[in-house]
Amino acid sequence: MSAAPKHAPTMAQMSLAERVAPYAPILLVVGLVIAGFVAIPATSSWLTLTVSGLAMGMMIFIMASGLTLVFGLMDVINFGHGAFVSVGAFVGVSFLLLLEHMTGAPNLLWNLTALMVTIVGAMAATGLMGYAFERVIVKPVYGHHLKQILVTMGGLIVVEQLIIVLWGPEEIYITRPEALKGAITFAGAALEKYRLVAVGIGLVVFLAMRYTLRRTKIGLIVRAGVENGEMVQALGYNLRMVFIGVFVAGSALAGLGGVLWGLYQEVITAHMGNQTMILVFIVVIIGGLGSVEGCFIGALMVGLLQNYVAFLEPKAALISNIALMVAILMWRPMGMIPVVKAK
Amino acid sequence: MLKTLVSGDTPRSPILLAVLLAILVCLALAPFLFPGVRSVDTAARICIFIVLVASYDLLLGYGGIVSFAHTMFFGLGAYGVALASSRMGPGFDSLLVGSVAGAGLAALLALVIGLFSLRVRAIFFAMITLAVASAVAVLVSQLSSLTGGEDGLSFKIPRALGPAFKFMDGEIFGVKANGKLLKYYLVFISCFVLFLLMLRVVNSPFGRVLQAIRENDFRAEAIGYRVVHYRVAATCLSAAIAALAGALYAIWLRYVGPDTTLSMEIMIDILLMVVIGGMGTMYGAVIGATLFVLAQNYLQNVLSLAGESVSALPFLPDLLNADRWLLWLGVLFILSVYFFPTGIVGRLRGK
Repeated sequence: MSAAPKHAPTMAQMSLAERVAPYAPILLVVGLVIAGFVAIPATSSWLTLTVSGLAMGMMIFIMASGLTLVFGLMDVINFGHGAFVSVGAFVGVSFLLLLEHMTGAPNLLWNLTALMVTIVGAMAATGLMGYAFERVIVKPVYGHHLKQILVTMGGLIVVEQLIIVLWGPEEIYITRPEALKGAITFAGAALEKYRLVAVGIGLVVFLAMRYTLRRTKIGLIVRAGVENGEMVQALGYNLRMVFIGVFVAGSALAGLGGVLWGLYQEVITAHMGNQTMILVFIVVIIGGLGSVEGCFIGALMVGLLQNYVAFLEPKAALISNIALMVAILMWRPMGMIPVVKAK
Repeated sequence: MLKTLVSGDTPRSPILLAVLLAILVCLALAPFLFPGVRSVDTAARICIFIVLVASYDLLLGYGGIVSFAHTMFFGLGAYGVALASSRMGPGFDSLLVGSVAGAGLAALLALVIGLFSLRVRAIFFAMITLAVASAVAVLVSQLSSLTGGEDGLSFKIPRALGPAFKFMDGEIFGVKANGKLLKYYLVFISCFVLFLLMLRVVNSPFGRVLQAIRENDFRAEAIGYRVVHYRVAATCLSAAIAALAGALYAIWLRYVGPDTTLSMEIMIDILLMVVIGGMGTMYGAVIGATLFVLAQNYLQNVLSLAGESVSALPFLPDLLNADRWLLWLGVLFILSVYFFPTGIVGRLRGK
């Protein structure tokens, strides 16, 4: 009989690399900002670009967060998510036109009220639409990825065409509320007011979502559902209901993203949702499907990188995002913050 | 003999057989049966889209992989021919070089994308192809010095394929024996051969393994097949064939542009054709492409008539507007995914 192996516990501290690894994604964002600072000659233009990159990232995050949660929770991939973005933007524009007397007045309070009413209206519309979409289009194809992709794509086509029926085929130009036009100057850099507002709204949404997911009971159920849905159901929670709630919330957020994106671009078309979906998919993939934090970090990286590269080498902007995705998938094939499924 | 030609995969339904034969005869004799510029053009488009849709079906219907980059591969072949012809001068050698280079590049790109995404999760593939394809479309419209940008490229093809070339005097059954006729038959025969080739592939052991993976990839892996290798190989093959279809399309039109080859609209058309025709049946591609292209060219007139007839009512005319036919196709698409996922062909075969 051979002797038992010697018991020799080691009490060494984890190496630096191991301790840093969980924070690597967020450090990557910081690194990107620093790299931008080094690469871009003038500090003022760097500041401008950073703010617009953050604004863009926040908007993409708002649109992408619902998609990633829906996937994490029920393994449903919604290629029609872009439809909510478009509908949100169009409903938003209708509200803005209705409230023209409020948005036209050079009064910040009135303008913000109008913006809030618009956002709430658009979110209500897309939330309702999300409910209908889930019931009619997604529900019959649970657990079948191929059919989900096909059917939600079909839903996207139908919704895009309905938008054209309702609002006409021409693109619509939007004017931002009076007080959000123009820019403020800070440290020699021109910062567009609207972008600052977008960054603010994005941060609020992210923090609210984080709070809901981390501190409330419903958030606990959602997180547990992402990790192990069967167990949550075995404990007596109706995961379908939770899922519908998340789907509706995600659709409403996509509508909010649509309003913000429309005001950012100042022009909307029926196809805008599908165009933004390209960035959204990149973000969702590099963040790790199902992870809200990963989605947030990924969105910031995509927004920043796109703005920096567009300044340094305009033609490489879209390619840069693909390159980012390739690099991250080589580093972590399941995305930056992979969701661990207990299955 | 005939059975060998279709690789033992007969239509297995008398109605389907009759329809397929009718389509084959109409396409084979299109310049003689329908001697108009527009109808011959429609016939050539049908031939090319049959190949394109069948190559997509190889991926979607047999491999169970959703790709949104099929138009990118289609465009690679088309731009390959256009660039080779405009750089090397018109000639059959440049057509050959362009098609082969386009198909090779398409297969290579498919290999890279496939290895990146299929290795991790098949569902990534759909999203990544969507992102890459749109990036390529933007790139093509930006690199205007090379690709002609939004305007696209017009180029010359060999004189033997043009209307000025007469390969014999007089007429054949009342049709001028010129290069245009030769060009149609170049397209038709190439498409026919490519289609038979794909039929051969899906009925080979390779095709059987692909179907096994589609049904249950876990079990296929357990039996001992390298699932990733098979999926990537199917992606490359389908990309190369799509590129060849693109090359034929460029030769037929003597023009390439982002709208005719790379746009998202064409991708959606391909999806509709595959699903309505029938996924996982090569013949579905024939039926789907034929119906769709015919509808695209002729049904819109019917729809606009319907729109006029209800013009007194509110709102309905907008819904029945000829430009809104995609709306109705989208509804049809969703319904067919739900209720008959095997499409028209599956219905005819009584499955």
